[in-house]
Amino acid sequence: MLEIRNLHASVDGNEILKGINLTINKGEVHAIMGPNGSGKSTLAKVLAGHPSYEVTGGEVLYYGKNLLDMSPDERAREGVFMAFQYPVEVPGVSNAQFLRLAYNEKQKHLGQEELDPLEFKDLLKEKAALVEMDASFMTRSVNEGFSGGEKKRNEILQMAVLDPKLSVLDETDSGLDIDALRIVAGGVNKLHDPEKAVIVVTHYQRLLNYIVPDFVHVLSAGRIVKEGGKELALELEERGYDWLKNGANKHTAAPVAS
Amino acid sequence: MSTAEILGNREYKYGWVTDIESETIPRGLSEDTVRLISAKKDEPEWMLEFRLKAYRNWLTMKEPRKWPNIEYPEVDFQDMIYYSAPKQKATKASLDEVDPELLRTFEKLGIPLSEQKQLAGVAVDAVFDSVSVATTYKEKLRKVGVIFCSFSEAVREHPEIVRKYLGSVVPTNDNFYAALNSAVFSDGSFCFIPKGVRCPMELSTYFRINNSESGQFERTLIVAEESAYVSYLEGCTAPKFDRNQLHAAVVELVALDDAEIKYSTVQNWYAGDEDGKGGIYNFVTKRGKCAGRNSKISWTQVETGSAITWKYPSCILLGDNSIGEFYSVALTNHAQEADTGTKMIHLGKNTRSTIVSKGIAAGRANNSYRGLVKIMPKAENARNYTQCDSMLIGSNCSANTFPYIEVMNNTSRVEHEASTSKISEEQLFYLMQRGISQEDAVSLIINGFCKDVFLQLPMEFAVEATRLLGLKLEGAVG
Ligand SMILES: Nc1ncnc2c1ncn2[C@@H]1O[C@H](COP(=O)(O)OP(=O)(O)O)[C@@H](O)[C@H]1O
Ligand SMILES: [Mg+2]
Repeated sequence: MLEIRNLHASVDGNEILKGINLTINKGEVHAIMGPNGSGKSTLAKVLAGHPSYEVTGGEVLYYGKNLLDMSPDERAREGVFMAFQYPVEVPGVSNAQFLRLAYNEKQKHLGQEELDPLEFKDLLKEKAALVEMDASFMTRSVNEGFSGGEKKRNEILQMAVLDPKLSVLDETDSGLDIDALRIVAGGVNKLHDPEKAVIVVTHYQRLLNYIVPDFVHVLSAGRIVKEGGKELALELEERGYDWLKNGANKHTAAPVAS
Repeated sequence: MSTAEILGNREYKYGWVTDIESETIPRGLSEDTVRLISAKKDEPEWMLEFRLKAYRNWLTMKEPRKWPNIEYPEVDFQDMIYYSAPKQKATKASLDEVDPELLRTFEKLGIPLSEQKQLAGVAVDAVFDSVSVATTYKEKLRKVGVIFCSFSEAVREHPEIVRKYLGSVVPTNDNFYAALNSAVFSDGSFCFIPKGVRCPMELSTYFRINNSESGQFERTLIVAEESAYVSYLEGCTAPKFDRNQLHAAVVELVALDDAEIKYSTVQNWYAGDEDGKGGIYNFVTKRGKCAGRNSKISWTQVETGSAITWKYPSCILLGDNSIGEFYSVALTNHAQEADTGTKMIHLGKNTRSTIVSKGIAAGRANNSYRGLVKIMPKAENARNYTQCDSMLIGSNCSANTFPYIEVMNNTSRVEHEASTSKISEEQLFYLMQRGISQEDAVSLIINGFCKDVFLQLPMEFAVEATRLLGLKLEGAVG
């Protein structure tokens, strides 16, 4: 589904990603871990097409097509979704209005039926139940005045509505208490199926108890320095990241994604 | 593509000209011009006197050049045509007698006038250059006592009401442009809602400037007697010409005890091209008097067109417990300039006013809010709340706020909040990451910014205003 080859990216002339290789097949769940500042969010944003990040080398193929050639909205309509680490507020625009527009753009793109406000309300109600979000959030402005946890839940609600093929969840666990974490993770798991893939970005192991990854990749200073199965996450929990930082042997742990 | 570029690529859809034979008077302005206009309209002596007095006042006045935050070349008042009317019968027994070309013009503008196609629930007075060409639903409104007709007809048919209220809110010597209007105004709308009547439909006027060399000087008067209610809408467009045209209107509203007038404008005059060539100079005096106790006047404006907008719809809160409101969206792009706001003059006890202003500037445009809140000594417990937000798109535009607050009664309370923001790259990226095009994302953010104002518009107008802001962003990406 996704093939990242030797990806380099920089912001304001500073190279942040220094040659990332990663292959993701449908049905898989990948975790990207690593210390703060290692480039995890940068990788997520480059995949989503954030205009501040310049790709300086390498390529990314998505279903065989050059992902980097597509505008952010095209990528989204083609099924790439990113749950933001810091969701953005859009004053005066209701959650329902925003989501219906996004939903209909995608439907239009796929040549499928668009929904009027009433039909969409029903769909939204069903999806909101998945993340146990109250109906009152639908009429409120996008993320405005939402608590940290509510914003994260709202991200997963959007994922549920847009039904993406590839989801990149950037630190979706941060700011969630344990109950909310369980709900959000449960929502992500329910949405997962063999046709889809998920990349979970986190620097804690905690979330991975609920969303169990098939592969774990450790990012440090813009490179993947270690890869393994879900047990790698536990090892990191115990030992921290320091032992990996300098020239760690990348291919010691078991299965490498292919 | 940057947001500013998106805004820049919009198309003005109303820029075409109707090919129609017009009767125009010679260029220039003198006492004879004033007399000629009055004669063309078969006006009574008192009306001519009103005009002449205004004209003589005007001669002694100076164009307000210094204080507004706008810049434009010298206006040559002798190089303008003050009356231009499509050739047709002066009084029309029915719409069938209206020139089909004019009917087609308004239909193309989305304002069908013929009996079969008229908009449901909205009565329309259609003004083309200097004259009203048709007014719909007149008879239906007459049955409930509401008078809705062109200003010229009102002078002929209802002189006692016109005489009583004309100039009672905006005196002929009020300001330079009001004086000019009072001297040469040609047509406009007249609405009279008698005591106790709730006007059963929205009343509206659609103004179209067609002639490239004539100014439009319209005059509107709305009177709501005791406990009456009316919602009035105003729309306007003009063709694209390289020359600037002057639009200097005067609107007067009078609300007696317990009456309410809601006045909404969607202004989409031609704004000129990207270099600032052409476009309408929109110098307008709009003022309402809450003359009676518990009366209410509410102005809502969505200003998107014109090369220059100079306009301060105001409320004189004379009656005790009266309420004044001003909700405004002003969007300026390219070389457009707007200096707009309101005046709330509190005279009566317990008077309240609310001001919500949203200014959006893009391109090289200049957007100023100017507002006066004045609490007079007898205005016990007066209240004002002002919220004034600006949004900048790109880095070559500017937004200013000039709030003036004069409080002469210490039992009153005045609150003022202001903010300036930009459309952030993060907001755009967030929306686009959900599959929304850049164009739609900008539109969504701007509409969100304007929401408090759009909520005040009648349903159809809110849709129109949203569409209009969208239109400003149309045809951009790709
Ligand atoms: N827009 C930006 N401007 C400047 N530096 C940035 C920007 N985004 C990220 N960086 C820098 O890139 C590095 C990686 O950041 P990020 O991808 O957010 O890391 P992580 O998500 O792993 O914590 C950090 O050193 C950060 O300061
Ligand atoms: Mg991060």
